[in-house]
Amino acid sequence: MTLELNARIPAGPLADKWDKHRFEMKLVNPANKRKYTIIVVGSGLAGGAAAATLSELGYNVRCYCYQDSPRRAHSIAAQGGINAAKNYQNDGDSIQRLFYDTIKGGDFRAREANVYRLAQISVNIIDQCVAQGVPFAREYGGLLANRSFGGAQVSRTFYARGQTGQQLLLGAYQALEKEIAKGGVKMFPRAEMLDLIVVNGRARGIVVRDELTGTIEPHLADAVVLATGGYGNVFYLSTNAKGCNATAIWRAHKRGAAFANPCYTQIHPTCIPVAGEHQSKLTLMSESLRNDGRVWVPKRKEDVGKSPTDVPEQDRDYYLERKYPSFGNLSPRDIASRAAKEACDDGRGVGPGGRGVYLDFADAIKRLGEDRIRERYGNLFEMYERITAENPYKVPMRIYPAVHYTMGGLWVDYNLMSTVPGLHVAGEANFSDHGANRLGASALMQGLADGYFVLPNTIGDYLASNRLEQVSADAPEVKAAVAEVQQRTNKLLGIKGKRTVASFHRDLGRIMWEYCGMARDAAGLRKALELIPQLREEFWRDVRIPGAGAELNQTLEHAGRLADFLELGELMCRDALHREESCGGHFRTEHQTPDGEALRDDEHFAYVAAWQWMGEGTPQQLNKEPLVYENIKLSQRSYK
Amino acid sequence: MNLTLRVWRQPGPDAAGGLKEYKATDISPDMSFLEMLDVVNERLIEAGDLPIAFDHDCREGICGSCGVMINGVAHGPSKATATCQLHMRSFSDGDTIVIEPWRARAFPVIRDLVVNRGALDRIIAAGGFITAPTGSAQDANALPIPKQDSDAAMDAAACIGCGACVAACPNGSASLFTGAKISHLGLLPQGQPERFRRALNMVTQMDLETFGHCTLFGECQEACPKEISIDVISRMNRDFLRAAVTAPAAAASSGGDG
Repeated sequence: MTLELNARIPAGPLADKWDKHRFEMKLVNPANKRKYTIIVVGSGLAGGAAAATLSELGYNVRCYCYQDSPRRAHSIAAQGGINAAKNYQNDGDSIQRLFYDTIKGGDFRAREANVYRLAQISVNIIDQCVAQGVPFAREYGGLLANRSFGGAQVSRTFYARGQTGQQLLLGAYQALEKEIAKGGVKMFPRAEMLDLIVVNGRARGIVVRDELTGTIEPHLADAVVLATGGYGNVFYLSTNAKGCNATAIWRAHKRGAAFANPCYTQIHPTCIPVAGEHQSKLTLMSESLRNDGRVWVPKRKEDVGKSPTDVPEQDRDYYLERKYPSFGNLSPRDIASRAAKEACDDGRGVGPGGRGVYLDFADAIKRLGEDRIRERYGNLFEMYERITAENPYKVPMRIYPAVHYTMGGLWVDYNLMSTVPGLHVAGEANFSDHGANRLGASALMQGLADGYFVLPNTIGDYLASNRLEQVSADAPEVKAAVAEVQQRTNKLLGIKGKRTVASFHRDLGRIMWEYCGMARDAAGLRKALELIPQLREEFWRDVRIPGAGAELNQTLEHAGRLADFLELGELMCRDALHREESCGGHFRTEHQTPDGEALRDDEHFAYVAAWQWMGEGTPQQLNKEPLVYENIKLSQRSYK
Repeated sequence: MNLTLRVWRQPGPDAAGGLKEYKATDISPDMSFLEMLDVVNERLIEAGDLPIAFDHDCREGICGSCGVMINGVAHGPSKATATCQLHMRSFSDGDTIVIEPWRARAFPVIRDLVVNRGALDRIIAAGGFITAPTGSAQDANALPIPKQDSDAAMDAAACIGCGACVAACPNGSASLFTGAKISHLGLLPQGQPERFRRALNMVTQMDLETFGHCTLFGECQEACPKEISIDVISRMNRDFLRAAVTAPAAAASSGGDG
């Protein structure tokens, strides 16, 4: 049994597809919208925007988040900016160019039609956010400021100091609160989705655990949206918030939603290096810093212990500028990350453990003055100093790559619907737009495009095109899903072993980082595929979860999320092992050009790998959605 | 470092709580405050005890989830620093550290260091937004906004909603939080149509939520991890006063109890 992976890409010229599709989609009569209930899980850029907009349209929305408030979703931590093809700078940008850059940045592993739509919608997003009062940076003339960002040769990034994600999220959150006050959205904070309810082959609700009381209950609806973010915390250490998890998408996967390209993970080049075993998360330094900072390591190993100011100019290796003269310090994330790893593997890394490279602002301060640098990056410099107790105005920052974003996620069609009818997936939780590598400032764009502009249209089409029967809480599928969640919770609490949840999570993270991190090879991935099931078995035998189920129990929450990561990690390794090529964030050391660049195999791997759950104990089955390029020519990425 | 912690333990919202003493040994000065609590919690679990519950998420000072009273000071001794960004190098070997939840009538304790801050969301729901439904916007550059206004709005918009201002205020007032949103939106041209009813509705909601009144102690801006200035409260008061005098009828028609 293979899945039918119909991407439902509208026919016609690329530039007209979305317009044509919007015209062809069925509409729900305005008077009937309030009769439909839509569940939105997650309240970040994608979820918050979708919930608010669906409510504005008149639907009855229920929105869930695991945090104590929807304003805390991890979108809030995005620093650098949001791309849009406004061409306000008159520097040659266009929808076509943003489309092409995104496809190329993703190493030709994303769908043309989705990406083109994203580039089209990008301009509406900026308009929408400004109307909401998002305080984007401006020039003295009062118009919006732009900067170039992570691998782009045009200035198309809009930003609000180093807190762009925060301001965009607060815009969506305020719109959401407006709708909550009006009664269109019912908000469920501190609520965790633990299963998907599928009735007659359609997503009809979710099973939710109230984190305060431990109550496990079904919540029913006519359609379900998962906007629950990425799965970077499978690595334990990542730039994700501590609570970020894959449970919602993994539960949906086990109910029939195909999981696409799980091995595509993005390692961000500019994070603060690990300080010690106690490290609980990694902190990103916005890559906008690479606009003015220069990355270097000493040319000679014997200089790594020296103070950076004692290494003279001629003894420094500005390796990004050397290897990629036309993009230099602005090379895309995957390339910059691997180059840092190579320098450190070569014994030229700096700082504790030799896992760091310098990001030096001395030249920029000389050129622009300290005040100008403070204006651009002041809050980032402060954050750096707070964590490391070093002043980056005086000594270069030390940075190292860290897991940051996952391009893989649940497979969706052009309408953002998964392989389970009625289950829609938005933002980082889906796989759709970034291919094998995401460009900087494109995550915010995609989350908001999905939430404000795509889903509110496509869900209406789904609802208008299907006759949905009433589902009652007594339906056998509903009762079974609730019972399974209850059993699983009881099982976790009943283990009463010896090891802490965090210790297992650290072990999983080490396996994933070692064998499925920045560079992968077949032997390592096979090793990981032995180690992960062993660790999972030990987890289910020896984990210790104190406390009870019917109360606030943060250890229980963590354990449930880790149990899912212990399964997802294995699928990531299998996907990485099967993809016998290097592309974007997936770098197989067996597949590289003579000068160490990623070597794609378009003949055999120009497809989306969509893994289908086949039941406990049976490996997932691989399904392929071929990627057809009608408008662009595949080329090897070159940033030289 | 070796430390003595005195931590507020309270099993549930209605249960009695009290300070309990723990030894935190072998703590690295490079740990964040929350990483120190992680270490203490893992040891508690290994010893068969219940870990200390505390809210946290991004651990980079932006989500606003974390926040505890550290030796009686909201977010602890470092200025402009949320609890997650506080590092143990700010303490000395042998110190005793008292850790308590936010204390405010409007923030009931849920468990240990976790409190319910839903009142802040309800203040936003009462008017902390610009009504601009998706799709209704004009071109973003059609409305130039002077840079100084935009920058001032951004200063106020930096609020992370952690509630430290409330916890630090002897009156338990949420005026810094509320004033920050009223200022952010009220400084921008897009925010003008709803400016006065926004102020009226948000302040009314703040009162309904049993927050205290502002008597200008100034503790809030000292505690604020984002250094929001108390000036936002003056602006809130001006807008509220004008709204109360000129447009009470308009105000009653929007907002609500969230």
